[in-house]
Parts: sequence; C-alpha cells; structure tokens
Amino acid sequence: MGSRASTLLREEEIEEIKKETGFSHSQITRLYSRFTSLDKGENGTLSREDFQRIPELAINPLGDRIINAFFPEGLDREDQVNFRGFMRTLAHFRPIEDNEKNKDPTASEPLNSRTNKLLFAFRLYDLDRDDKISRDELLQVLRMMVGVNISDEQLGSIADRTIQEADQNGDNSISFNEFIKVLEKVDVEQKMSIRFLH
Amino acid sequence: MDSLPNFNPFDNLLCILLGISFTVWFTLLLVFIIVPAIFGVSFGIRQLYMKTLLKIFEWATRRIERGAKDKNHPLHKPYSNAIIAKEPTSLEEEIKEIRRSGSNRDLDSASEFEMSDIFYFCRRGVESIMDDEVTKRFSAEELESWNLLTRSNYNFQHISLRLTVLWGLGVVIRYGFLLPLRVTLAFTGVGLLVVLTSIIGFLPNGRTKNFLSEKVHLMCYRICVRALTAIITYHDSENKPKNGGICVANHTSPIDVIILASDGCYAMVGQIHGGLMGVIQKSMVKACPHIWFERSEVKDRHLVAKRLSDHVEDKTKLPILIFPEGTCINNTSVMMFKKGSFEIGSTVYPVAIKYDPRFGDAFWNSSQFGMVSYLLRMMSSWAIVCSVWYLPPMSREEGEDAVQFANRVKAAIARQGGLVDLLWDGGLKRGKVKDTFKEEQQKLYSKMLVGTQEDRSRS
Repeated sequence: MGSRASTLLREEEIEEIKKETGFSHSQITRLYSRFTSLDKGENGTLSREDFQRIPELAINPLGDRIINAFFPEGLDREDQVNFRGFMRTLAHFRPIEDNEKNKDPTASEPLNSRTNKLLFAFRLYDLDRDDKISRDELLQVLRMMVGVNISDEQLGSIADRTIQEADQNGDNSISFNEFIKVLEKVDVEQKMSIRFLH
Repeated sequence: MDSLPNFNPFDNLLCILLGISFTVWFTLLLVFIIVPAIFGVSFGIRQLYMKTLLKIFEWATRRIERGAKDKNHPLHKPYSNAIIAKEPTSLEEEIKEIRRSGSNRDLDSASEFEMSDIFYFCRRGVESIMDDEVTKRFSAEELESWNLLTRSNYNFQHISLRLTVLWGLGVVIRYGFLLPLRVTLAFTGVGLLVVLTSIIGFLPNGRTKNFLSEKVHLMCYRICVRALTAIITYHDSENKPKNGGICVANHTSPIDVIILASDGCYAMVGQIHGGLMGVIQKSMVKACPHIWFERSEVKDRHLVAKRLSDHVEDKTKLPILIFPEGTCINNTSVMMFKKGSFEIGSTVYPVAIKYDPRFGDAFWNSSQFGMVSYLLRMMSSWAIVCSVWYLPPMSREEGEDAVQFANRVKAAIARQGGLVDLLWDGGLKRGKVKDTFKEEQQKLYSKMLVGTQEDRSRS
C-alpha cells in the first residue's frame, strides 16, 4: 500500500495539530506522508528502529540522542511515538518568523520559541532529566561527537573548561538558565530552524 | 439415447460458438501480436493506445482538482521533490558560523569547544528525519496526476460519479480483457523459449546454432514485451553493446532484462533458482552460453570474477548484462555501483533505463510483493512505458581505480536518464549503514577541537 495521507488523517486532527504546533495544512499532510513511509510496521506509531533505518540519521554522531527527544517517557526499548508526538517534537524546528502570522497574545509560548529551541538542545545533554548538565553528561556527549580521536584527558579538560566558563552558582554543573546565558548571543533562531519549501 | 433431446442442438451451438470465438481470438493474437514479434515490426497500436490513455488521465486529474476546489479542500500533492530547504554547507563551515555568531572573540583564538556546536548535528539530524535522500528510493514514486489505478490514488474523497464509472470501466478492461490476454502471451512466450532453446541445444556448436539461438531469444523476448504491453523507445542504437563487452544498466525491476534482451542478445548473469525460473535458465543455457552460478559460488568473489573475465575474453560470446546496483531502486535515482564488474578490464557499455510512471509503476518493492504478485500487478497496469538510452562505451582510464571508474559510469547513466546520482549503497534497503561514515564525521569534528589546541600551543 502506498501512503494514503489525506484519507487517514481527519480534518479535525489536522486542525488540532495546526493549533498546537503552528504548522500549515500542507506541511502537516506532507509530514504525515513522511511519517507513514517511515512506519514500516503500519501501526500508526514509530519505534526507535524506524528512526534508525534512516541512514543519514544513523551516521549522525548524536543520532541516538536526537531519537531520544521523540520518546519523552524514558529509555524503554518498547517506546512508540504517534503522529501527534512526532509533530510536537518537530515543531521545535519551525522558523520563528512564521509565528508572526498567528500572533495570539493569550496562547501559551509556542513550541518553536527561542527558549524552547534551547530547551531541546539542553535536553540532548541532560540525559537523566534532572535539569542540570553534570560533568559526566557533558563528557558523554563530547565522546559521542569526537569518537575515538581525542584522549580522555584532553576531553576531560575541555569539559572542565566549559563548565568553568558557564557555571555561575558553583555547583559544578550547568543549569538551564546558565545554559541560556552562555548562548545568549548565538543565533539560535536561524541555526535551530528548518525551512519548508512550500 | 434417452438423454434430453432439447439440449443437444444447444450443446452443439454452444460448442460451435466457443470454437469460433477461440479461433478468432487466436488468429487475432497471431496476426497482431505474435507475427510482428517474430519479425520485429510494429503496427503502432500501442502508441495509439498510449496517447489515448494520456488524454484520459489528464481529464481525470482535472476532474479531481475541480472536485477538490468545489468542496474547498486542499488537495494532497505528492512530495516528489524535497519538502525542506537543505543548505549544502560543510560541518566545518557551519560550526564556525554558529561560533562566530555567539562570541565577540576573533575566530583564530576561539575556544576549542562551544556548547552551541551541537546545534549543527541537531539540525542535520532532524532534517534527515523530515526528509532524507535514501529511504524514499525504496518505495514507489508518487505521481502528480492520477492514472485510474487504485494503488496510486491519494485523494479518494474527491472522486465524482463520472470518474468512478470511468475507473470501474478501467478495472473491467484491465482485469477482464488485458490481463487474460497478457497472461496467455506470457505463457506462450516462456513456453516457446523453453521448448525452442532445448531443441537448438541439440545442434552442434557453430554459426547456425548461434544464428538460430539469437532469433529464438529475440522472438520470445518480444512476445514477453507484448505480454506486458511495454512501449519502449530505444535511443542511440549505434552504441549497442558488442561481443566481449559488459553492459551495465540501472536496475528497477526484473522486467529490465526483458526490455534490454528484446533489442539485442546478451549473456545473462545470475544465480540458479529452483522451480520455473530454474527450468528457463537451464534451457536457455543449452542454446547459448549464459553465466549461471550456484548459490554457494556467489559468495566467492574470485570465482565470479574469473568466470566473467573468461567469458569476456572469448570474442565469439555475447556481451554480459549486469546490474551493478545489486538491487531494485525506484527509478528516481542511481545508487552505488558495486565495483566487481568494473575490475574486469573490458569495455563497458552503459545503458540508462527510465520508466514513465504514469502508465504503471515498474518498481519491484521486494519487501512488499513477491515475484508472482508483482508480475500480476504489472500485467494489470495500463502499460509499461520506458526509454532506453545506449551510451557510448567507456573504458578504465590510466590511474583510475575500479571505484572511480564505477562512479564515472554511474554519473553518465544518471545524467542521461535524468536520475539523481547518489553515493549511498542500494544494500541499505535491507542492511544497516556502515559505521565508517559516522567515524568520518567524528574525525572532522575532532580536528576542529584539537586543531585549535595545536594553534594555541604554537602561539
């Protein structure tokens, strides 16, 4: 069976996702098409294996951490994510300028705000979700990104230097606020956004 | 004697009618299809058929669009092209840019690691989740206009009554008329192939045998082509592969073999199967030398290479037909060519095959359909329309190794067929990607961290 996008996704669902994530109608149907093509088991949810089947993601050094972001419940192997969850995570990468069209002052902070984008990145470091990046967690991520090419000592000193520069309250770990402070000048809006062609 | 007298004349009448319709049927078949196949001529019926179908498809698509507009629903447009904008910047450039925007310091004395470095990997990762170059090559291409086949329609709710009637008519024609016709032809073609090649096998080796074998192979493949209603346009036939060469082509389905072999004679390469395929293979090899391997021999790369080069050196033997991708791809791209056939050192004749998906998608998704259901789908489509380009022969140049040569040939085929040229391995359809790619990225990133340390220690 080919992907039967519009026939299986009801209009009400599309409207709800639109409100929650801010994606447009055509973007949602396209991403639904993508979701169903990744869903090899055809049960309406994606597992970690489905993500790992994407070669470009499998060779990404942080691939596993990114896949984790879709499964907020924990590191259980049996985790599945449905389309709503899929869209909610992808929504973090919507460009911020798109929000200008739906300015609603009463709505809660949109998923793709600068803070939420930074939170996405923060969670990539903070594996145990205790809202602090410890030295170990930082080392783990560094190790994933450099592979075998840098010695433990060098990596350790890099981690120490980074924590030293960022840590303000002296607890030898980086909290979310300290994280935001370190990155306050970085163009997060552009670097953590993906532009749609339509 | 006591049998009901009323039924006898009716019985006779029925028999006579059946007999007449069978005869008419077979005569038509013979005259319009089999005889032209033997002589390689065409009445042009298929071209006319194709033009009529195209007009109907366009009308159908316009009706659906109108139906959607009336109800004010946006239409689902297939994403045959990319859905997101991907910037082709390298790892180094991108991370430097991120760091530059985040610090006031001069780049040369920048720190080795910034927490913002992960933004690069993050975004690339999510981009590949939204749209990647590889996984979409292993499923059928989506169409812009509807071709009245249920299997390729995504806008079911916008079909009007008239369109449904047309679709119903289409089903009746395809399954009631075309399918039986095609199945008959297929059986005829295959049967003739097996029988005639076995007969030819009894002749002594020599010019007569080769000549007859050629004629028989061509005739049977042409019948099979008509069994699929394949409408093929051959370009640049002056570049057709010659003896002692290797013909390489991009692979979309097992039908590729029939398409190429109905225009020229090739020595096939492959594994011996059991069942009907095995019977066909064994009888074909009696008439002219094909290269069939036992299952155990396939793993032995040296044995395979030796048999291929032995065959190629004998100039009386036909050119070898090989599909270096090793697996079926959906005809929107060409994936990595395995270097085995390019190490042999003979002239390579590249061939590009491009199917027109509007009339029936020829891609064989082997994880979805077995061979028999695939063939049934093919025979119940409208037609298989494709173009074949014979590219000028290529040889390995000085200082070029097999992999570079393979990539050069692949690029030429991709360019001619209008396909995307990918470096990814078609084996990714079933297997995991090698870790070496990830290690390359890690090495690049490490250089960025450690490199700056070296600069610092120098200054």
